[in-house]
Amino acid sequence: MSLQPQRQILVVFPHPDDEAFSSAGTIRLYRNAGVPVTYACLTLGEMGRNLGNPPFATRESLPEIRRKELKDACEVMGIEDLRMMGLRDKTVEFEDDEKMVKLVTDLIDELNPSLIFTFYPGYAVHPDHEATARAVMEAVRRMKPENRPTVYACAFANNTVAEIGEPNVVIDVSSVKQEKVKALQAHASQTAWMIEESTKRVEEGRPMSDSWLHYEKFYQYHFED
Amino acid sequence: MKEVQTNELQKLLNSFANKDVYIHLETTNGAYATHFDEKVFNAGAFIRNAKIRYELAKIIEDSPHRVGLKMEHGWVYAQGITHYELDEQGRLLMAGLDYTGKLAVALEISETPFSY
Repeated sequence: MSLQPQRQILVVFPHPDDEAFSSAGTIRLYRNAGVPVTYACLTLGEMGRNLGNPPFATRESLPEIRRKELKDACEVMGIEDLRMMGLRDKTVEFEDDEKMVKLVTDLIDELNPSLIFTFYPGYAVHPDHEATARAVMEAVRRMKPENRPTVYACAFANNTVAEIGEPNVVIDVSSVKQEKVKALQAHASQTAWMIEESTKRVEEGRPMSDSWLHYEKFYQYHFED
Repeated sequence: MKEVQTNELQKLLNSFANKDVYIHLETTNGAYATHFDEKVFNAGAFIRNAKIRYELAKIIEDSPHRVGLKMEHGWVYAQGITHYELDEQGRLLMAGLDYTGKLAVALEISETPFSY
């Protein structure tokens, strides 16, 4: 399916690397087409568990490592407007709900996006993903229907397809596969482990399909009025 | 961080005794534990910048190690500690890293508050 033309894109995810897994290729394609992209990353993934053994980081040094990784990934994706929103990893759901909606509403008012990328509430697994998705959907729901941006939502809970069907937006990102891989590699504190696991799977004779590097899949979110 | 040497870590723990200190204590299976294995009962706890004062600290030889802090009215302990360092800000950072390098438990002690 071809890219729909966009005026401005807003990406809202809670953790550095959420964007790389879910939408780096699509973002790169839009940047190649000259569409401005703002990425509001809510936390610095301070609670990431992978510190290595022997360790390459401490609980206290990890945020600065991930801040740099996030900046590097944004450079690969061509994102020039990165906003680090200063919340703490794993606490997003405990923030005041109205404050969270306002955070998103303020971004929408400022940027007037035609498309938003975020998670799909109810099918996003991590509590921070869920809280982010709830805030974005509520902020957009409160807008007049004719003013609402399109929202592409990522869902990966195990029960997703059984309950809401297959994603209805499938973007072929083959032409920017290298950039997607580089964006993932930029988040080395998170993905080096995964890349090692993939290698192990291949060595065990269970090669991983790389189809997930060729297609990014989203649900265009439907708002009830 | 380096692997625990009990004598050295015991001395560092002693150096914070009878002072007002801030602690970070965390245990976790990771937010995705149940996503990857639905049989996992996912539990964890987190406290950051609680101000305490302890009169006695002890690290137990068994590896991974247990570290306990005795306070006037109660206790703090962590199980599974494997690594530690005194960082450049003079904070004692202890962590339990599992066999794949993932943090399972953290106990940190500082005379000044940790960042947010």
